Amino acid sequence: MGGVRTAGDLVARMQLNRGMRNDAAKQHVAEKLGIPVSDINDPIVMGELREDLKIFRISEGQGTVDGIAAKYNISKLLDLKINCVERFLKNTGMA
Amino acid sequence: MGKILTRYGDGFKVELSEDEVREDIIEGTNDAASRAGVDPLKEDEIEHLLDIFKNPDKVVSVEDGKEVVMTYDGMSSKIRRAHITIDRVQSLQVFERAMGADTLELQHIDYSYKPCKPIVGFELPDLDLLLNSTVAPVFYGAMPNLGLYSQPDGPCPNPADLLPLGKIDEAQKAYEEAVEHAVSDIVFVASAMYEGGVDGINIDTVGAAGDADFLAALRATEILREKYPDLGIEMGMAGEFVLGMHGGLEWHGQRLAGLYPQDQVRLAKEAGATIFGPAINIVTTNSLPWNIARSVTFCKACSDVAEIPVHANLGMGVCGIPLTLTVPVDALSRATKAHVEICRLDGL
Repeated sequence: MGGVRTAGDLVARMQLNRGMRNDAAKQHVAEKLGIPVSDINDPIVMGELREDLKIFRISEGQGTVDGIAAKYNISKLLDLKINCVERFLKNTGMA
Repeated sequence: MGKILTRYGDGFKVELSEDEVREDIIEGTNDAASRAGVDPLKEDEIEHLLDIFKNPDKVVSVEDGKEVVMTYDGMSSKIRRAHITIDRVQSLQVFERAMGADTLELQHIDYSYKPCKPIVGFELPDLDLLLNSTVAPVFYGAMPNLGLYSQPDGPCPNPADLLPLGKIDEAQKAYEEAVEHAVSDIVFVASAMYEGGVDGINIDTVGAAGDADFLAALRATEILREKYPDLGIEMGMAGEFVLGMHGGLEWHGQRLAGLYPQDQVRLAKEAGATIFGPAINIVTTNSLPWNIARSVTFCKACSDVAEIPVHANLGMGVCGIPLTLTVPVDALSRATKAHVEICRLDGL
């Protein structure tokens, strides 16, 4: 679906960790992003949105939010517990 | 129209007339339907498949909006085995950032849970690096591979030695003993990975050693689901049909030998898997229209009853992909389009 270039990683999370089928997972992600389902595969729309939401954007520029920080924001966006984020919060006393 | 250029299941090219392609599609779907006891493809689905083969373009793709997500097996060895010296974590960063992979999978090169167990402590630092430097969901994957538990490689008597001697009971007991070891190893490794922060476990090539192999995967999945309610678990199969190497094994009252994908997915869901991957064998001497129609028929029946995402295992030698190390893109893209559009898959 394009992974972090679009919303492929977000749809994959809903399938993997919630067992949601593809159409339902796409709909859920689109609603959380506030865009039509038809736009979640668009790298132009998703690139700008990912930067605004700080959930990692493929870019030459500096300052993109990456790794655990991006996944923390994805966890809040999707209302989904992400294992490594939970461990980060626990290990830093931020839980 | 002129001849349609397609291939055999071993990848070699063949030119067929439109009538020959249609005939192969019908034979393929009827073969799957009769074996699995499911419906063959409908007339409009046969026509759609025929159109995919009639398309003269080298590469075809799914319609806009029908994109699916991708999961992988043996992912961190794919670039290395092309003789490119790259670290596992780096190779997965390339997959995520250069190739647009939806998910990532860390794996040990000896891709079975048994050899992963003693080195799991050396896997965790790489997992930590990967989780800190990527964004997509991360799996840890390996196979139950029950064969590794038989002598001389493992602790259990070898059923392949016992069966020719007529020692049926002893062979069945050996399989049952191997299941216990495999469940223990899968749960040990998966638990360590979950505690290390992984998003999901891939139990891959399930059923390669028959019904006992499938039982080990179901039991391990059941234990892991109880232990870690949030853990993602993908169960990918080894073949279309669970071989009855033991013959009498049951799980929750269901005999495992002889199950086809539409029943395999039901048990995978019941055990606690969140993604299921059917794998349909290829017949190398038959055409791709025959093979793809056959595979789509099995996978459609699976997807129709599934309550969890279905990611068909489209890879070298399964689900209509030619059995070759360098898969021709015309063949790969046609198999992909056919499976996604006709089966309403969730992923590949």
